Amino acid sequence: MEQTNSQLKNQDTQSHEWDTRLHHATKATHEDWIGRGISYFCIGIIILVVASMLWFITSKGIATFTQNHVSLWKFLSGTNWAPDQGKIGALPMILGSFAVTFAAAIVATPFALGTAIFMTEISPNRGRKFLQPVIELLVGIPSVVYGFIGLAVVVPFMRHLVGGSGFGIISATFVLFVMVLPTITSMTVDSLRAVPRFYKEASLALGATRWQTVSRVILRSATSGILTAIIFGMARAFGEALAVQMVIGNAAIMPKNLISPASTLTSQLTTGIGDTIDGTLPNNALWSLALILLLMSLFFNALVRFIAKRGQLKHER
Amino acid sequence: MLKQYSFEETAVQTFDDKTSLAMRTEDMQVFYGSNHAMFDANLAFPKNQITALIGASGSGKSTYLRSLNRMNDGIATVTGKIWYHGVNINEPGVNIYEIRRHIGMVFQRPNPFAKSIRENIVYALRANGIKKKAELEERIEQSLKGAALWDEVKDNLDKSALSLSGGQQQRLCIARSIAMAPDVLLLDEPCSALDPISTVKVEETLLELQKKYSIIIVTHNMQQASRISSQCAFFHLGHIMEYAPTGTMFSNPQIPVTQDYIAGSFG
Repeated sequence: MEQTNSQLKNQDTQSHEWDTRLHHATKATHEDWIGRGISYFCIGIIILVVASMLWFITSKGIATFTQNHVSLWKFLSGTNWAPDQGKIGALPMILGSFAVTFAAAIVATPFALGTAIFMTEISPNRGRKFLQPVIELLVGIPSVVYGFIGLAVVVPFMRHLVGGSGFGIISATFVLFVMVLPTITSMTVDSLRAVPRFYKEASLALGATRWQTVSRVILRSATSGILTAIIFGMARAFGEALAVQMVIGNAAIMPKNLISPASTLTSQLTTGIGDTIDGTLPNNALWSLALILLLMSLFFNALVRFIAKRGQLKHER
Repeated sequence: MLKQYSFEETAVQTFDDKTSLAMRTEDMQVFYGSNHAMFDANLAFPKNQITALIGASGSGKSTYLRSLNRMNDGIATVTGKIWYHGVNINEPGVNIYEIRRHIGMVFQRPNPFAKSIRENIVYALRANGIKKKAELEERIEQSLKGAALWDEVKDNLDKSALSLSGGQQQRLCIARSIAMAPDVLLLDEPCSALDPISTVKVEETLLELQKKYSIIIVTHNMQQASRISSQCAFFHLGHIMEYAPTGTMFSNPQIPVTQDYIAGSFG
């Protein structure tokens, strides 16, 4: 009986000792707290910055409509951009932006697909060794360099070829084509490499040719990745300011053809922002252009997420 | 520690002129870069029989199998001769797409495309130039019946192939291969990813299919080899050590390495 008691007592003290040992914070616990604290702090700052940017651009961007009482419809559909005279029709810039973006994407996509197929299916070794670094280099070249080359080479070439000044949508398209090509290519390469190897083997073992395998199996199952790549390319083209500004001519008039000077949202912003006074209509109008850019990039992001979700569903089903 | 066995001491059967052969390899070697993976492979496969290739992991049996329909092109270097209908198909001028239409292959992991059941089979047929609707429908039904899958899927042909169970997927892959009416069917451990019940179904399917096709199957599972095959070849470290009728191989193996493998001493 006594023995049992002492045993119990012994167990009790032991459990008390273990209790403190298991509850007290060690170095590992403190590291956890510190790590979590740092992450929360950084996330907090980023959220704050993003939220204030959104608020800033939105509040400034809608001032045109709330303070200067310009109707939204007139802003979006008006073709006359002369903020000094109170005329702010943004349609020429909106059209310009969409024109160069779509044209660049349409021209770049076939080249990007071809390059990506070459790099993954036709010559994976050379692709990895030579083309991959070249493409990474192209991504890293600053846009002012592209713009400068466009100004020095493409514009004179177009002037020579079709006459006029050489500035215009077609020159901007060409410069953007070179700029978005590496983006689209490298993302397409990633999505082609992510196609499971066994799809390819299954197709080849059925007697399908390499071309049939690439076109009907590999490209098909990489479709959502490729679309994402194209949209990222378009987002880059839509948001590119400097290089476009250097070659498009910056005339805020409705684009009548591809070879006369035009302007985009970004080019108009970079050209105009230094010449306006804060709080006036010309300044507010530029903020409204920025707001359109912001909304478009949100739209591109949403589109990418939508496509990724669809792609996921297809593979899980 | 693995015992050293002599690669000189082999017991590989040959067939006389009366046996009709589906295909045959002569002094086939396979190299992965500088790594010699398959040595002097001489095997002949009788028509309308199941031949099992057995051996431990890394013994070269899958490498051997994949060479037979040139699936090692671009992956490994294969030398020597592979005879099929009197033609050496291991030559540069041979049309590999045509070869694979006649020598079908089913892989270890069921690999249907992320398309419907119907589209999986139609893909193979379209790749082979069959486009008529009536013929497509007929071939779909025949091949699914041949793979013993028809009764389970006939009402849901437009359902995604990925919604099938593993065993059903594997039988769909078999159906896809036989839709092209090949002569030879190569199977690379087709049951290793399947549960026992699915395995039985696939095995029953294969036993039925040997009436029309010559089947060469790589298997890890000696019981499976003894259940379904007529001939059995034992591979060891890139060498074919013994090749005999399955009954003989399992009851009376000729050389020490086969005896040890079948007794379960290694592998």
